[in-house]
Amino acid sequence: MSIRGKANIVGAYEHPTRKSPDKSAAQLHAESAFGALADAGLSKDDVDGYFCAGDAPGFGAMTIVDYLNLRVRHVDATDVGGSSYLAHVSHAAQAIIAGKCNIALITLAGRARTEKFNAYFNDKTQPQSPWEDPYRPATAAVYAMCAQRHTYEFGTTSDQLAWIKVAASHHAQHNPDAMLRNVVTVEEVLASPMVADPLHRFDCCVVTDGGGALIVARPEIAKSLKRPLVRVLGAGEAVKGPFGGDVDLTYSAGIRSGAVAFEEAGVSPSDIQYASIYDSFTITVLVALEDLGFCAKGQGGKFVSDGNLISGVGKLPFNTDGGGLCNNHPANRGGITKVIEAVRQLRGEAHPAVQVPNCGLALAHGTGGLLGTRHCSTTLILERE
Amino acid sequence: MSDVTVIDILPESKAYWDASQTGRLLVPHCNACDRNHWFPRPFCPFCASFDVTAREASGAGTVYSYSVVRSGKEPYIVAYVTLDEGPTMLTNIVESDLEQIRIGDRVRVAFQPGASGMRVPVFARQSG
Repeated sequence: MSIRGKANIVGAYEHPTRKSPDKSAAQLHAESAFGALADAGLSKDDVDGYFCAGDAPGFGAMTIVDYLNLRVRHVDATDVGGSSYLAHVSHAAQAIIAGKCNIALITLAGRARTEKFNAYFNDKTQPQSPWEDPYRPATAAVYAMCAQRHTYEFGTTSDQLAWIKVAASHHAQHNPDAMLRNVVTVEEVLASPMVADPLHRFDCCVVTDGGGALIVARPEIAKSLKRPLVRVLGAGEAVKGPFGGDVDLTYSAGIRSGAVAFEEAGVSPSDIQYASIYDSFTITVLVALEDLGFCAKGQGGKFVSDGNLISGVGKLPFNTDGGGLCNNHPANRGGITKVIEAVRQLRGEAHPAVQVPNCGLALAHGTGGLLGTRHCSTTLILERE
Repeated sequence: MSDVTVIDILPESKAYWDASQTGRLLVPHCNACDRNHWFPRPFCPFCASFDVTAREASGAGTVYSYSVVRSGKEPYIVAYVTLDEGPTMLTNIVESDLEQIRIGDRVRVAFQPGASGMRVPVFARQSG
């Protein structure tokens, strides 16, 4: 059974806040949910499926379903870190095909900026914890080790990594909601403080409060609504860790999630007109681009250089909202904003300065968890009908 | 040096931590498929056999990758070290000159007390 063409994204909403000391995470979930429903032209009583991940407070799906006072007949609280929400789109499509729901609501929200909390590092029951925590593997360091090894094996440079941030900043200047709107240069990235060699502060994503929501619906319902039609063509998900000590930091689980998604969609990387690539750090993007097949393994540095990711300039416009590097990374989870900007591009509703002309085919890709220890890659391929 | 004040040792890896307190590094070895793995668990992550024995490692290894964490008060090195016995483990490199460390460097295990008071296997560059 394939999900190809069996479900549409009919609503998408990114909460405009980037700092919310006066609103609870639950309220941000609610405002995001209502925003996406309004975008779709639906009401909350139309929702019969609900999807969320670990950012939802308390009992998760039960807590938010009750808070919103929904009457759902399908719930899914798959948590694969920041990539959860791409998996939710795929799972919603599967549930729709199976007849378990017709209109699925997916929400994310959190106050990472206000609360300075990261759940990953507070669960001592993980069997890995005793073998990780004593070494203080800071998030940036776990990604930095991937960059260091990539440099060692393929000659990737800090300049090349910096180009990813430069491209994101070129896009963010047009996004009034973006946390960082200043265009930066390669030199400025390299001059920013070193956080964890070889990653500088500008190689790292922003920490924001915020949220987002998506509505996935049966194609017949999508056609009855007034919004441009965006359908799901393919999806893949895969988990990768240190493989029992067989560590290889040069590739991600995207090598599998991407292959599965492309096969299901029946398209190839060269067909993709716009890509949302999870950008917790610059290296996350570089490794993903290789693993998804946009360039050969080891050639990511060359691929991202000289503005190749800048809309209107390069061959592969990416993260035209400014991405996690400049725009938004609510709840330390950037997956939902990746889907939202892909939907904007396919609808032709991205900012005119970054809109890809006649954007008909887009990819959204998430890397949740920690690239250098264990992570989940999720890939979605979406098409404008 | 560690911020971790308590290491929650799971029953399945107690033997490894006990050895660590006496300055010995144990590596799990699967008697069924004859492979070593990391981190310790009661079964083999390669063949799923529960016939796993803790074997004393030589303590020698090679830096697979590393990063100097500079965001806090005192910089420190997080690394993956590939043991001569095969598996690659997450660890710290204890090194007075943070700029000297390179991928491929030969290192040897040391046992350093963390904030928990427990001795934790870390690595130091081998001289010469």
